[in-house]
Amino acid sequence: MEIAIISGKGGTGKSSISAAFATLDGMVVLADCDVDAANLYLLFNPTHDEETVYIGGHKAVINYDKCTNCGICKDYCRFDAISLVNNGVVISEISCDGCFLCSHICPEKAITMSRNDKSRMYSGSFRNGKMVYGRLAPGEENSGKLVNMVREKAKQISKENNLETILLDGPPGIGCAVISTITGVDKVIIVTEPTISGLSDMKRTTEVIKKFNLPSYVIINKSDLNPSVSEQIKEWCCNNNIAVAGMLPFEKDVTKAMVHSKSITEFNPDLEISKKIKSIWNQITSQKK
Amino acid sequence: MMKIAIASGKGGTGKTFVATNIFLTLLNNNYNVMLVDCDAEAPNSAAFFDTRLLRESEVTQLVPVINTGNCTFCGKCHEYCNYNAIFILPPMKIISVIEDLCHGCGACLAACKYDAITEKPVSLGKVSLYSNNSTPSIIEARMNIGVMSPVPVIKAAVKQIDHQTDIVILDAPPGTSCPFIQTVAPTDYVILVTEPTPFGLSDLKQSVETLRTMDKSFGVIINRTGIGDNKVQEYLYHEEITLLLEIPYKKEIAEMYSNGKLVSDTDPFFARQLLAVVKDITQKYGNSNYQR
Repeated sequence: MEIAIISGKGGTGKSSISAAFATLDGMVVLADCDVDAANLYLLFNPTHDEETVYIGGHKAVINYDKCTNCGICKDYCRFDAISLVNNGVVISEISCDGCFLCSHICPEKAITMSRNDKSRMYSGSFRNGKMVYGRLAPGEENSGKLVNMVREKAKQISKENNLETILLDGPPGIGCAVISTITGVDKVIIVTEPTISGLSDMKRTTEVIKKFNLPSYVIINKSDLNPSVSEQIKEWCCNNNIAVAGMLPFEKDVTKAMVHSKSITEFNPDLEISKKIKSIWNQITSQKK
Repeated sequence: MMKIAIASGKGGTGKTFVATNIFLTLLNNNYNVMLVDCDAEAPNSAAFFDTRLLRESEVTQLVPVINTGNCTFCGKCHEYCNYNAIFILPPMKIISVIEDLCHGCGACLAACKYDAITEKPVSLGKVSLYSNNSTPSIIEARMNIGVMSPVPVIKAAVKQIDHQTDIVILDAPPGTSCPFIQTVAPTDYVILVTEPTPFGLSDLKQSVETLRTMDKSFGVIINRTGIGDNKVQEYLYHEEITLLLEIPYKKEIAEMYSNGKLVSDTDPFFARQLLAVVKDITQKYGNSNYQR
């Protein structure tokens, strides 16, 4: 069973809650799909059994020995990546989308495409099972392809090791990487917080999920921070047929646990928040699809 | 004009909190300022102000339309497309465009020798201009739900900045991938907002490495000091990175923010701190014509 944890808004507690779910009792495969800002490895310090290079995309490079500065490439480029500076053609690495068009149409064959090979995927073991995570190199397009690679690896590991549960810690936002994280999963958990931004981003997230017709659950984290917005979220979920799996209190020890490289349920299993997380997990995993 | 981006690797550290409060402080001190919300996947800045919509423009991208009457199923367009957005089965005479994968680069159009490809625009999102107290001052990039990349909408929003503005505050998307780069690339200075936790520090390091590669000037605001450890402060000291401000963790601040209220409106000390940060940045990194 694959369970994805996403949020729309960043910093609502996705990773902290994922970490808690991963360390309750059973062994799991934990996949960090937030490849743009992978963090869970900091808590679990997994072994690096395998490292895989991910080719993110390409960038156009001009061979100035061949270039005649005709400017045809500039006319064709739709990403404003090519400009004429002092009558010389210059390609902006930041704007280049890696579409290859300039390399095809250059009459002098002066443009080649160089591969972006700085991104990585790692897999190994941690104290509660197996872990896979990706690290996207800065500036690369978070196209969701690295997320797919992480998920494929997680599935393979899950089969090889007979670990039934795969937990996916998702990225913020609602774009490509999020869509890649939730496509084809069994259940989606949305972690939100009672702020106007949290509510607005949660609404956008549920609209994305709707297109996939997935069983989804909302967790309202730090719910006591603003009980009235928490109520608004509950009401909205109720009117839109989304189950609220639980409300978690604001708990300072969540950060303390992080500082000690532990999940909150490992750090202090007797806290109210830890007990609630456990009951939410049991509730979500016991329900049939 | 000076453009300042407010960014962070980790989500939820307080980018929008800092951006909206700096914007309000500058407005209250009679600066000619604009706020651009570049977090197109989850735009929230405008919700903190009493705004009126002045103008809205659609951001579109071109996708190919195949005229099967002219198509010879030669497969050249499929070969040119680097995004696997053209599906072709020549023996079955099947060809189709997967619009979600298309980046609108026009390579297929250039590849086709048989005039079998035209293009049509599809919507990616919109850019809205809002006024606050009757002055046009907030630009919001908002990506449509289901669209893959926020980058084109972000680029369109940045293009709408009024060149008469003295200071522009850009609220950046989280992370260090494409959308972040597109937002910070046209700016003069980047304020990184982080929190004093292991996650905050790890993502901060990644942002710092990226900005150094880009040769951007930047400084750091630590939000919610007191909740974690002192590793972020130690890192900044070792790396000789400017610590612009520390904002202590207070439950009242979190509560106000959760209600959509701005702290700098009621806390003159905080407002003065933010103003001092901006003044310092403009004096050191800007040209002269926005100083009051």
